[in-house]
Amino acid sequence: MNYLIDRRLNGRNKSAVNRERFMRRYKEHIRRSVKGMIAERSITDMAKGGDVKVPAKDISEPGFRYGTGGDWESVHPGNKEFVRGDKIPRPEGGGRGSGGSESGTGESVDDFVFALSREEFLNIFFEDLELPNLMRTAIAEAEDKKLVRAGYVKEGTPANLSVGRTMKTALARRIALGGPLRDELEQAREALEAAARAGQPQEARIAALENQIVELEGRLARLPFLDDVDLRYRHRIAVPRPSARAVMFCLMDVSASMDERKKDLAKRFFTLLYLFLTRKYERVELVFIRHTDEAQEVDEDTFFYDTQSGGTVVYSALELMQQICEARYPKSEWNIYGAQASDGDAFGADPAKSARFLRERVLRLTRYFAYIECPDENQSGNSSLWVEYEEVRGSDQNFAMRKVYQPQEIYPVFRDLFRKEKV
Amino acid sequence: MSPLPHGPEWEFELLERYDEAISQTAAEFGLDTYPNQIEIINSEQMLDAYASAGLPLGYPHWSYGKAFIRHEQAYRKGYQGLAYEIVINSSPCIAYLMEENSLMMQALVIAHASYGHNSFFKGNYLFKQFTQADAILDYLVFARRYVMECEQRYGVAEVEELLDSSHALMEYGVDRYKRPQPQSAKEKEQRRNEIEEHQRRQFNDLWRTLPQTAPAATAEAATAVFPAEPEENILYFVEKHSPRLAPWQRELVRIVRKLSQYFYPQTQTKVMNEGWATFWHYTLINRLYEKKLVDDAFMLEFLHIHTNVVSQRGFDQEGYHGINPYALGFAMMHDIRRICEDPTEEDAAWFPELAGTEWRKSLDFAMRNFKDESFIAQYLSPRLIRELRLFVVADHVGKAELEVDSIHDEHGYKRVRRMMADQYKRENLLPDIQVARYERDGDRSLTLRSPVFRGRPLEEEQANEVLRHLGRLWGFPVRLEAVDAEGRIDGYREWRP
Repeated sequence: MNYLIDRRLNGRNKSAVNRERFMRRYKEHIRRSVKGMIAERSITDMAKGGDVKVPAKDISEPGFRYGTGGDWESVHPGNKEFVRGDKIPRPEGGGRGSGGSESGTGESVDDFVFALSREEFLNIFFEDLELPNLMRTAIAEAEDKKLVRAGYVKEGTPANLSVGRTMKTALARRIALGGPLRDELEQAREALEAAARAGQPQEARIAALENQIVELEGRLARLPFLDDVDLRYRHRIAVPRPSARAVMFCLMDVSASMDERKKDLAKRFFTLLYLFLTRKYERVELVFIRHTDEAQEVDEDTFFYDTQSGGTVVYSALELMQQICEARYPKSEWNIYGAQASDGDAFGADPAKSARFLRERVLRLTRYFAYIECPDENQSGNSSLWVEYEEVRGSDQNFAMRKVYQPQEIYPVFRDLFRKEKV
Repeated sequence: MSPLPHGPEWEFELLERYDEAISQTAAEFGLDTYPNQIEIINSEQMLDAYASAGLPLGYPHWSYGKAFIRHEQAYRKGYQGLAYEIVINSSPCIAYLMEENSLMMQALVIAHASYGHNSFFKGNYLFKQFTQADAILDYLVFARRYVMECEQRYGVAEVEELLDSSHALMEYGVDRYKRPQPQSAKEKEQRRNEIEEHQRRQFNDLWRTLPQTAPAATAEAATAVFPAEPEENILYFVEKHSPRLAPWQRELVRIVRKLSQYFYPQTQTKVMNEGWATFWHYTLINRLYEKKLVDDAFMLEFLHIHTNVVSQRGFDQEGYHGINPYALGFAMMHDIRRICEDPTEEDAAWFPELAGTEWRKSLDFAMRNFKDESFIAQYLSPRLIRELRLFVVADHVGKAELEVDSIHDEHGYKRVRRMMADQYKRENLLPDIQVARYERDGDRSLTLRSPVFRGRPLEEEQANEVLRHLGRLWGFPVRLEAVDAEGRIDGYREWRP
């Protein structure tokens, strides 16, 4: 007795659990790779998968094997010119035999590379930031979808049945299927009439025609009024919900005191805000403004990797941001977000001037403005900029600030923003 | 029977008709098979099956995840195609068919797996001795459940560590010569009765009156070497005697050992198994053609695929990866049939027991009673050696150059055949390592012994690594001695906890 079974509909991903075990085991490698990817990638394509490399040595499964050396013989096919006793120079690398496949030691020495999916990548990215779980799903999820009508389909739920369309199809079907019958019926009726006119001699024919008419009428009546094939359902498809546009300003102090560590923190900070905004808005534009004692609008690469030296004037950046807003992003059409990162070194009148400008001009424009300060690890006391900004925090709802030494301290800066916007 | 319809696309009804036709043809040739279960799967499921060594279900372990990722990547990037089928030695015999196969391919694969491999699983002596086809699926279910329960109770990391260590010794978890012989309850009872009867006959009350001597023998027993005979099944020894393992850990070691034993026959019969299956798909499909059940178009497509499967590249050609087991196996099976039906003078001299006999019977005998090594040693004919133009290259330590040892000529046939058979010998691939001593009354250390085989050293790094794993299972010092031909200890390595 033989059985033939269609297994294609059975669950895929039987190996998901094994993959997860694998990832658990090589978490350190993966974390290191992800760190590299964060540094390499631009903020806008942060949210995608990537390749992780694990050295072959770390991943091999050991077993007792023969090493090189000792006596070996191997059999090969396709001899053309060799005779017994011929000498063959050893192949390069001193391997054994000329084929080498018989030894079974052929595990490839290449590094093991595998692809991380978008979800897996974001998971690790968020893990470093210690993002609460609920937040992770909220951000990682694709944007909201809206159902819109998209014509009619033959399958669906009864709730979506389109009665009008169904009746129309049924009518069409009845006309199409009944057409030939009706033609025949008409012919039969005409023939009957003719026969009736002829009278007596046609009696047998009349009976036959009458029978035929009854039968045709029966067949016509048996055409179903409504059939399964007539059913039509309203079709709905999910399309991304169109929503307003947003622009995000990244402001960063690039004076010499901002080292790699601080820039990495800043990048993660900007990325998190960007991920949040992309979830919420259909289109998000990024504007990078860097400043020393003078502010410049630059592209992302220059922003993160080009070093420049000079003093620090925060005011210049805020001023430039305000100018750009007025020129390109009118408040009525754009949702404006600001994110500023600095180590807080500012001198003279600049901090007070900046704080005032922030409160009076910039915060009027933006929906939310977040500031992180990345002080040196051993620094104590507050920077001058911090002191001034603290007053702004006291008076304004849409402003958040935080000192950040570690990546996991970034999220609280946004806590209010996320909480507020989630509702 | 009416001709079978042929087209590029398969359907379930068509598969059923083909299966029926092939089944009838197989019966004509007297193939004895387990019942068949043919399952259609897609490429993702095939990758899943790859990762678990073809088994329909396995316990979770990272190494399977690694295998899956490796195969998936190779497949997605196009470095590697997927097998047309996977067949499982179970009863019913499960064959997985890829949905992408054409109708002809499905027919070929059904003949190959469900009738070829299937009858081999049922008939070959190694499979009969080492595996229980009707119990394997249940055992896999048990193993999976047990491993997962242990993970819940003792933690994933603990279980993973133990499985890692057991996997490192997996190849040394097989009894090669002790046959597992299940005793039925009736046999056990009979044996007990015999012992009692023997004791009854030997009873003599006089012995009781003899003065008792001091038990000097016990001191001797303490110094005696344990185990008395070297034990080649290291995992078995660990399972039974490890001083440290908890009962659940012993059970895990046992699961790994049982799986290793289940796969052992497959590793020993690759050439035969594939050769047999290929021979039968070729013979069965040709028979269908003779019976005019399939048309010329079908046959041309079939021959195209078949030729690819059995192609053997020469050593100097691109893409040469050693001997293709399909090619060698098929050629040998075919050759046996030829020798039976149409022997030359040479064949009659070399194979007097084959020449002129009924090919079906002789081939069946060969399938049942050999493994790769003995099969090649017995049946590789001079004619085939000439056809394949086989030659032996010797790579001896201390010689500056490789030397052609023998070729396909009068002098060389026997030697080529011997060398070819040796190539499939287990010792040639895996070093012989056995448990030599367990200091039960001393420091509880375990000593493994490895006779140096033809001057070949062990691969250093891996050997140390495996020893570390063994130490983890054993919990006390473990040693590995290399012993030369005279029995002197040649090399020595040790791992201490």
